[in-house]
Amino acid sequence: MTMVMDRPTPLVEVDSLKHVYGKSAGPGLVVLEDVNLTLNSGEIVGLLGRSGSGKSTLLRSIAGLITPTAGRVEIKDAAAGDTAQGVAMVFQTFALFPWLTVQKNVELGLEARGVHPDERRKRSLAAIDLIGLDGFENAYPKELSGGMRQRVGLARALVVQPSILLMDEPFSALDVLTAETLRTDLLDLWLEGRMPIRSILLVTHNIEEAVLMCDRILVFSSNPGRVIAEIKVELPQPRKRLDPAFRALVDDIYARMTARPKGPPAAVAAGLPGTGLGMALTHISTNELSGMIESLSNPPNNGSADLADMARELQLEADELIPLADTLQLLRFAEIDGDTVRLTAVARRYADSDVDERKQIFARQLLAYVPLAAHIRRVLDDRASHQAPASRFRDELEDFMSEPRAEETLDAIVSWGRYAEVFAFHDDEDRFSLDDPT
Amino acid sequence: MVFLTTDRMNAGLLARFARRRLTPNRFDLVAFLLLGGVAVVVLHGARQMNLPISHLPNAGVTLDPSRLPEYALRSTLRMFAAITASLLFTFVVATLAAKSRKAELIILPALDILQSIPVLGFMTFTLTFFMGLFPGNELGEELASIFMVFTAQAWNMAFSFYQSLRTLPDDLQDVSRQFGLSPWQRFIRLELPFATPALVWNTMMSMSGGWFFVVASEAMAVGNNNVVVPGIGSWLALATRRSDVMAVAWAVLAMAVVILLYDQLLFRPVVAWADKFRFEQTASEDVPESWFYDLLRRTRLLRRMTAPVARLARLMPRRLLPNLAAPVPGGAVTARWIDRIWIVLVAVGVAWSALTVVRYLAANISLRDTLTVFGLGFITLARVLVLIAIATVIWVPIGVWIGLRPAWSQRIQPLAQFLAAFPVNLLYPFAVSAIVAFSLDPNIWLSPLIILGTQWYIVFNVIAGASALPNDLKEAADMFRLRSWQKWRDFILPGIFPYYVTGALTASGGSWNASVVVEVVTWGKTTLHAAGLGAFIQEATTAGNFPRVALGMTVMSIFVILLNRTLWRPLYGYAADNLRLS
Repeated sequence: MTMVMDRPTPLVEVDSLKHVYGKSAGPGLVVLEDVNLTLNSGEIVGLLGRSGSGKSTLLRSIAGLITPTAGRVEIKDAAAGDTAQGVAMVFQTFALFPWLTVQKNVELGLEARGVHPDERRKRSLAAIDLIGLDGFENAYPKELSGGMRQRVGLARALVVQPSILLMDEPFSALDVLTAETLRTDLLDLWLEGRMPIRSILLVTHNIEEAVLMCDRILVFSSNPGRVIAEIKVELPQPRKRLDPAFRALVDDIYARMTARPKGPPAAVAAGLPGTGLGMALTHISTNELSGMIESLSNPPNNGSADLADMARELQLEADELIPLADTLQLLRFAEIDGDTVRLTAVARRYADSDVDERKQIFARQLLAYVPLAAHIRRVLDDRASHQAPASRFRDELEDFMSEPRAEETLDAIVSWGRYAEVFAFHDDEDRFSLDDPT
Repeated sequence: MVFLTTDRMNAGLLARFARRRLTPNRFDLVAFLLLGGVAVVVLHGARQMNLPISHLPNAGVTLDPSRLPEYALRSTLRMFAAITASLLFTFVVATLAAKSRKAELIILPALDILQSIPVLGFMTFTLTFFMGLFPGNELGEELASIFMVFTAQAWNMAFSFYQSLRTLPDDLQDVSRQFGLSPWQRFIRLELPFATPALVWNTMMSMSGGWFFVVASEAMAVGNNNVVVPGIGSWLALATRRSDVMAVAWAVLAMAVVILLYDQLLFRPVVAWADKFRFEQTASEDVPESWFYDLLRRTRLLRRMTAPVARLARLMPRRLLPNLAAPVPGGAVTARWIDRIWIVLVAVGVAWSALTVVRYLAANISLRDTLTVFGLGFITLARVLVLIAIATVIWVPIGVWIGLRPAWSQRIQPLAQFLAAFPVNLLYPFAVSAIVAFSLDPNIWLSPLIILGTQWYIVFNVIAGASALPNDLKEAADMFRLRSWQKWRDFILPGIFPYYVTGALTASGGSWNASVVVEVVTWGKTTLHAAGLGAFIQEATTAGNFPRVALGMTVMSIFVILLNRTLWRPLYGYAADNLRLS
């Protein structure tokens, strides 16, 4: 919005994109469903969503790294009609070649295009200079700090002069201070128009980061990933985190991300959370659950808090905090209303109890509200041996969901069941038992 | 401390591999049959060429110490020729297996089986083939000798390279694809560098094993073919025949010098150099060091030497290598048809091979023979297992003692590694003369020779494992005053176990190979026999009885494969899953 540029022209068109992971036989994992997106020149667009919402998959489809199952991705500005030409990508893990120096890493894309070595050198040095890496040309990545490594990743993407820069959670592997510096530097370069790029597409799970940087934010639902909201950010740059308008926007996005999908649940086989045995669980440690309950029940929260504030207090990213809040809600320890999370009476009792009472409360909630836990317990009770192979439940789960999701669900139930002493699990033999009866 | 790092990495690769398949599957059978078919055809073809009986009695080898440097040099050159061939084989075959699923289905089990075949068993086939190719020509003998060493080296290198190609980091693959690197650029920038540390480690293991076979392959006797190429091995053969202890000592000395030079001037510099390819984003604390590498770097000699290579690499056309991973033009239907045709071709090949092998064996081998040979196999199996057990009991406590004392382990580790590279067959004559002198029972006293050269793998792996025991656990064990047995049972033994299994696996493989040399030994006019499968193979080889050699080799491969699959790999998988200290 602050770019000095002619009228925005579309650079990328994504039309009814769908992507399914997994084998054609059995329930595949639908990660993207009916996604439409237009990326215009002169804007930074953020893709925001929980993990598993397919935002990285969308980015990879645009980068040409994934061929989507259905739908169309069109790069308008492509020089030679090749998708890889108009875009360059920055990776969360930096993806630097440890055996190449900074300069060689930056030159990689130019080398692939057969640019002459002298030209390569000139352009890579210019990019290294632009990104604030001069003096490090001959260093190896392992000699650099995380922030410097990501600068190399950025220089490597910019040097091929893409029209669109794709960034896959570029700052999430960095510590808070470094991430902030890098973000600011990138924004400055962008606002001053010193980078050759015409648009940035940014995947993030950090809501504040999205509001800080983007002109437009697309919020994704998970399982399957759909665009559930499009938010225009019209705050002037530079944006301030403490600005009330900024805060309001962040709270609004939290509320949208925790909102329950309206209407009847769609096909469970597609990987939706579902109900009953087909309920997909997120593996959250019981320590985190009780930590959050305690933090909510203590002053200044006294039982309810704003999700964005919680995130700051607990130093959690949105995609860590939201599943945590969801699980509390599932176990009826909390209710989520908009952007506010409120403890239930049970949770308050839990917070005031000692270790053994806490386990008993947790066990009651677990058996009452997680059908899989009740099911496992029932099977163990019914059998004379009080034992059952885990594979049995794994198979049952896989009728409802994809294999990795079933595995995570089982991991969650094992760790919760162990904490609540509802049943025991023996990893070596992969079986459940009632060895430690309550 | 070279082994700490390389070993850990290798353990990871092997562990992944160990988990993959524990039981032989149908592709093992497919590969087994195909290889068997090829062997029979080679034999037949070579025989039909009607080879002239080779002569060259001792081809100019004389026991003159002044000629020993020349012999040592020739042995060394043979070694390097073989390692070069192994590298080329590795790049081509492993790349093919990693990039083409169809090739992978055949190549992988084939490599696995080839790894298990006793190398000296190849002698018969190799010699017949190369002598047939170059009748009456010294080149044939040289090539046969080099090929023998190649068969001892190539398979595990190819395996390691394949493993690396299959475990390339996802993000770097993404970068390569996103920038559209050509297959050649991908190979040079991503695949080769990533595979280098594991490949260097495996090459070095191959080299160590290779010396043994260089020595063994320079004086080969297959039926009427008596091949002698000048080198330390043929010197040793002559010295043995003449019961010349002094000459044997000279050979030992020459070999020690050669290995010391190769270790200091080649191997260590290469390991130090390869460290930069380790896939770690953090600088490591113990970096392998080599004075020679530092020297080269300081003189910039290396850069000047490698500059032309780099320039050459740049001249490579961008699309030189075929893009094997690219989808077949014509879409899924064509691909399915190609798959079907491939399966039919493989099936025809297997059927034909099976028929050939069965007909060949049926014509030449009786069932009784087969049963006898299996019986001999059990004798050798017992020998290998008992000796590994004895070596374990002796070396594990010593290795742990050394490993827990950094000052000692830094000095002893290179020594153990040197001893592992030393071709122990040079020492056999001493042992044999002792057995003859004291008239001991060869069935028992020849046995220790099996483990003589391979025990060092157990030693240096245990040392490496003990030095890698984490300090906090050591301190915890001391703080809780664990009694000594408890400390061993709950801390030290589980901690070194993954390392020990690596060592024992290597030692076991090497021991089977050694049994072919060890179970029949000659000193002057005395020949000592120990009953066993190794002796059977060696006698059949000397007699030039191809069917019996083939039978012996097949049985030994079966033993080795079953031992690996039922003992070592499950242990490996268990260690990797449950006993990792990281």
